[in-house]
Amino acid sequence: MIKFIARRVFFSIPVLVISSFIVFWGIRETFDPTAKYRTSKDATRLIAEKRKELGLDRPIVVQWWTWATRFVRGDWGVSASTNGKVTAMTSRALGFTVQLIFWGVLISLVVAIAVGVYSAVRQYSVADVALTGLSYLGVAMPPFWFALLAIQFLSVEPKLRWHLDRPIFYFVGLHSTGQSGFNMDYVRHLVLPVLTLTVQTVAVWSRFQRAAMLDVLSADYIRTARAKGLRRRQVIFKHALRNALLPLVSQTAVDAGALFGGLIITESIFSIPGMGRLFIAALLVGDVNVILAWMLVGAVFVILFNLLADVVYGILDPRIRVQ
Amino acid sequence: MTLSDEVAKTLSNVRLDEIIEVMPEADEGDLELVAGAEPVPRSQFQLITRRFLRHKAAVFSLLMIIVLLVMCFGAQWVAPFPQNKQDLLAPLAGPSRHHLFGVDQLGRDYFTEVLYAGRVSLKIGIAVGLLSTVVGFTAGAIAGYFGNVIDNLLMRFTDLFLVIPGIAVLAIALKYFGYRDVTIILVLGGLFWMSVARVVRSQVLSLREKEFVEAARASGASSWRIITRHILPNMLGPIMVNATLGIAGAIVTEATLSFLGFGVQPPQSSWGKMLSDAEGQIGGKAAYLLYFPGLMLLIIVLCVNFLGDGLRDAFDPQAKH
Repeated sequence: MIKFIARRVFFSIPVLVISSFIVFWGIRETFDPTAKYRTSKDATRLIAEKRKELGLDRPIVVQWWTWATRFVRGDWGVSASTNGKVTAMTSRALGFTVQLIFWGVLISLVVAIAVGVYSAVRQYSVADVALTGLSYLGVAMPPFWFALLAIQFLSVEPKLRWHLDRPIFYFVGLHSTGQSGFNMDYVRHLVLPVLTLTVQTVAVWSRFQRAAMLDVLSADYIRTARAKGLRRRQVIFKHALRNALLPLVSQTAVDAGALFGGLIITESIFSIPGMGRLFIAALLVGDVNVILAWMLVGAVFVILFNLLADVVYGILDPRIRVQ
Repeated sequence: MTLSDEVAKTLSNVRLDEIIEVMPEADEGDLELVAGAEPVPRSQFQLITRRFLRHKAAVFSLLMIIVLLVMCFGAQWVAPFPQNKQDLLAPLAGPSRHHLFGVDQLGRDYFTEVLYAGRVSLKIGIAVGLLSTVVGFTAGAIAGYFGNVIDNLLMRFTDLFLVIPGIAVLAIALKYFGYRDVTIILVLGGLFWMSVARVVRSQVLSLREKEFVEAARASGASSWRIITRHILPNMLGPIMVNATLGIAGAIVTEATLSFLGFGVQPPQSSWGKMLSDAEGQIGGKAAYLLYFPGLMLLIIVLCVNFLGDGLRDAFDPQAKH
């Protein structure tokens, strides 16, 4: 198992090296970190000084190599816009992002599995048809528009209509000022962003779960289980569901990257200071250290999700347990 | 009650369609094996068209897409007002008979603005869909057919862009080449072709082992001829479905990027850009500005997805979804 994990991680290194170089190069070509000194007195001298200090006078490969060796040693440099340490910024932002992903994935999975199993067991029922229609809507819904509508209809409108002091669901940050920890305030902040994150995943995953469940329900061993007199509930949850979870596990892993990317929208709209917001702010000004940190943390996240999927796969299906 | 009774009872409680996947309805239009009747000969194209026309949602979606295309690209004739015409006395007037979608902050008729913005959104979406299909097909076919080195190269290249964020590529390209529609189209096309290439590659891998390809090769057909005359027609279905879904994906991607400020720039507008401009109206009296561009996005994507479904069923009636 450990050997397998080590091999997977090892093989992803070249991709990370090359992609970090491409992005480093692209940002350096298009954004000039010394642009902010152009208007200052004595600009030519100051810019030349700063260029030397930042190492911009050296070849791009050397610049990248300097960044890479420092990055590996844990020195991720400073942000060009705030001068703050990138490691500190990243770890602070990562906290918010991990919370969103945790709740997003958890709720998506629970809802998608419940909906998928229900529609499969009651195939072509009214509920199944309605849920199918909803999933079409969910797939086609642009997430950022959904977020705007959710703010309008679930937060602002009710507040105005019923003359509330505070909206039922907040849409800025994850805590009110002075609040922390897991409490009602947190939940009221969490509902709208998590809803935004889950719309598309629930729509796609529930269809996936339904198809997988239908597939399994038509298998011979299910007929055998039913024929020998097992209860319907037992057959569905013990025999069928466990096998029907397999495709969803790999789908979840595949969608992990999309989830991490989707945070850019959610965090921007709901003003949550997580990784996505950090990344967008950095991209606007070409803050290369922050951009690369975001990219590599995202890559590690995707790799971890894939590994997790493989482990869960092994637990669910002993036949394909890795050696 | 004996055991066999019990088994019989259990079996009778089990609904047949829960256990046995119901066979797709026999396509009576394909064969028309009515006793005594002469079978009607039909070409492959006719069969596909007949199956497509039977998919009601897809046909309706196709009509809807055509209507939207005509309205947006014929905006100079369809729109009730000239583009950018301001009525300074009535900014932010709500939807009415006169102004179907209301009036925006600058006093422009919002319906007109939505149509003109739709041009940009649809143009980018369709161009990206076509570009990525052509490039993806070429790369996928070469990789699948000639295998090994090129194949490996393609797969590694695809891996690379799983890590490099598309939005960063777009930001760099827009900064480097300056803002133009073509830049957005090329960048999105450059990111979208890889998934097409993967589909094509896997199809080609299985098709090239088929007997008819072997027969063609035995009779001396060139690789080019085999790919274009024997393999391409056999995978037209998946390619068309992918191209359609690619268009939907490109429209949403463009809208999202424009919303975040990394896409269409003023004075150009697209549905995503309009939503970005209207974001400040949340909770205000002009919240309607948020509804219409998003609604257009939702409708077009929904229709394109249904169209893709219809095409898949038409080309491959046995496919399960």
